[in-house]
Amino acid sequence: MYAYDELDRTLINERVSEFRDQVKRRLSGELTEDEFKILRLQNGVYLQLHAYMFRVAIPYGTLSSKQLRRLAHIARRYDRGYGHFTTRQNIQFNWIKLAELPDALAELAEVGIHAMQTSGNNMRNVTSDQWAGVAPGEVEDPRIWSEILRQHTTLHPEFSFLPRKFKIAITASEHDRAAIKIHDIGLRLHKNADGETGFEVLVGGGLGRTPFIAKTIKPFVHGRDILSYVEAILRVYNQYGRRDNIYKARIKILVHELGIEKFAREVDEEWRQMGHSALTLDHSAIEEVRSRFSYPPYEKLPHMPDELKEAAHDPLFERWRKNSVAPHKVQGYSIVTLSLKPVGGPPGDASADQMDALADLADRYSFGEIRVGHEQNLALPHVAKRDLPQLWKALDRLGLATPNVNLVTDIIACPGLDYCSLANARSIPIAQELTRRFANHDTADMIGRLHINISGCINACGHHHVGHIGILGVEKNGEEFYQITIGGRADENAQMGVLIGPAVPYAEVADVIEDIVEAYLALRDRPEELFVDTVKRLGVEPFKERVYATR
Amino acid sequence: MTSPLEQKKIRIAGPSVVTANRTWDGVVVYRTAQQGWSTVLSDAAIVSTSDDARALLAESVADDVGAVGAYIAPVELNGGVIKPGNLREHIRSKGVTIDLLPA
Repeated sequence: MYAYDELDRTLINERVSEFRDQVKRRLSGELTEDEFKILRLQNGVYLQLHAYMFRVAIPYGTLSSKQLRRLAHIARRYDRGYGHFTTRQNIQFNWIKLAELPDALAELAEVGIHAMQTSGNNMRNVTSDQWAGVAPGEVEDPRIWSEILRQHTTLHPEFSFLPRKFKIAITASEHDRAAIKIHDIGLRLHKNADGETGFEVLVGGGLGRTPFIAKTIKPFVHGRDILSYVEAILRVYNQYGRRDNIYKARIKILVHELGIEKFAREVDEEWRQMGHSALTLDHSAIEEVRSRFSYPPYEKLPHMPDELKEAAHDPLFERWRKNSVAPHKVQGYSIVTLSLKPVGGPPGDASADQMDALADLADRYSFGEIRVGHEQNLALPHVAKRDLPQLWKALDRLGLATPNVNLVTDIIACPGLDYCSLANARSIPIAQELTRRFANHDTADMIGRLHINISGCINACGHHHVGHIGILGVEKNGEEFYQITIGGRADENAQMGVLIGPAVPYAEVADVIEDIVEAYLALRDRPEELFVDTVKRLGVEPFKERVYATR
Repeated sequence: MTSPLEQKKIRIAGPSVVTANRTWDGVVVYRTAQQGWSTVLSDAAIVSTSDDARALLAESVADDVGAVGAYIAPVELNGGVIKPGNLREHIRSKGVTIDLLPA
């Protein structure tokens, strides 16, 4: 966990007071909606179909049990008893009242949570690997660098009115769980030949209307220079990014139009002119941030405790353990992923009661810490292996032990037309139907790793472009239709999926996905060949034939 | 289901109402013939010509304190009963099409 200092607390509290005054002036009519909109957006407040939507930041996906309890309280007191975890380590409340928002923000501020820059044309929540600090083989904890960037870019006057929103993600592991290649800036922490810590810097990734995979602009930037280098990128973007056309305003368009080489030269020139500025991080500044992260007092525990050996006789426990429990960097401990994708449930939603109960379990089994991943699942990052059987029973009672992590029913979905004012089609009912179709865990295990991503419009909040199977809702003559892509992926080998053919109506989507999965099972070389690898080997044609031959 | 954000020109093809979200709590509201707002669709003022639609929208937008994001939405009239004219408006009027809480 990161401990906020007095400056952080003052900043958050002052922001609450400022927003309370802005809301008061809006409700009295002193501010028009046009004047107020930019102010509410800077505090994470959108206007959706049914109500205001309130987006709260969970920096680098790390939550304390105290913070999770407060989120549960917000859901219960100010909303309708649940929250929705998003693909960018935020939580959204869908039914918040504007008049009550300042009180909700004040209650969040008491536990060090805020909503600053969770919307608007500024630097959004800096995200990271939800296994940061506990993943075996990690170069070092990427949250230290996420926090440095968060501090520098929060309310930074030069970057508060960018041409468009701006997102950074950081990973420090070989396997990218933070989807850095679909971010405006992706940072991969690694060490150079001299053993110094630095970053591969990627730029210009993003999905939406015009999707691009980020390109490497610099193979290695020393850690001490990361602030100045990121600032150089932002300055070039701020200067040349388009403000005349919202569809061409993201940095990915600028990078594409200039070309990565020219863009890199512009950044290097800006960086050269900045020279050794105050942005160069000295060792003590980095260590100061590092020192504010606390790590649990791990016990020395056996690799295979008796409790685990005994529980292994229970096939239900074993199924869950194999699916949802991952190795930890400390012997005797595990990382436990909690699926927020129950059969028939809305992906990423958690009730206030679940959040409260999970906070209690985090206190009992995970040193009071919870993580949020971009796949819309949660994790307990420090669970002693001996405690896994008891934890599993407790999670099962809460509906948080569905053994489907990374399987066909672990679906990423945006809120879609059920909530979102931008959506053309519904996402959640499609996801719910698919989880029912593939509810048999034996079948899901047999299919293996398969990521389905659903977006209700071209803005791609469900990351459909990079789903192994991507589903995009579109409108045709007032009816919901869905385009299907296959072969996308969001990891270190990120790539866009390929459209398999004409869009299909709402009622046929689940049938089409079943056809695609059946085709895969018939076409794969061996059981270990993943869906995405079969598509890579064979292309989309065999799948296309299967889907459209009878339609 | 065209997003109201993409509603560039006001041309209506059938009976329509003006809808928005109430400013203080965001609840879906409809403009009434009495120049107020109601949460009930059947209270809405119905317009059938583009000129009337423009006038109703202008009046609604001017009430910036009462409601926000006003736009024209189609409705269907069946035997005097008003129904939302598309899926978006059906969802705004009746609520989400899913169970709210996880199963």
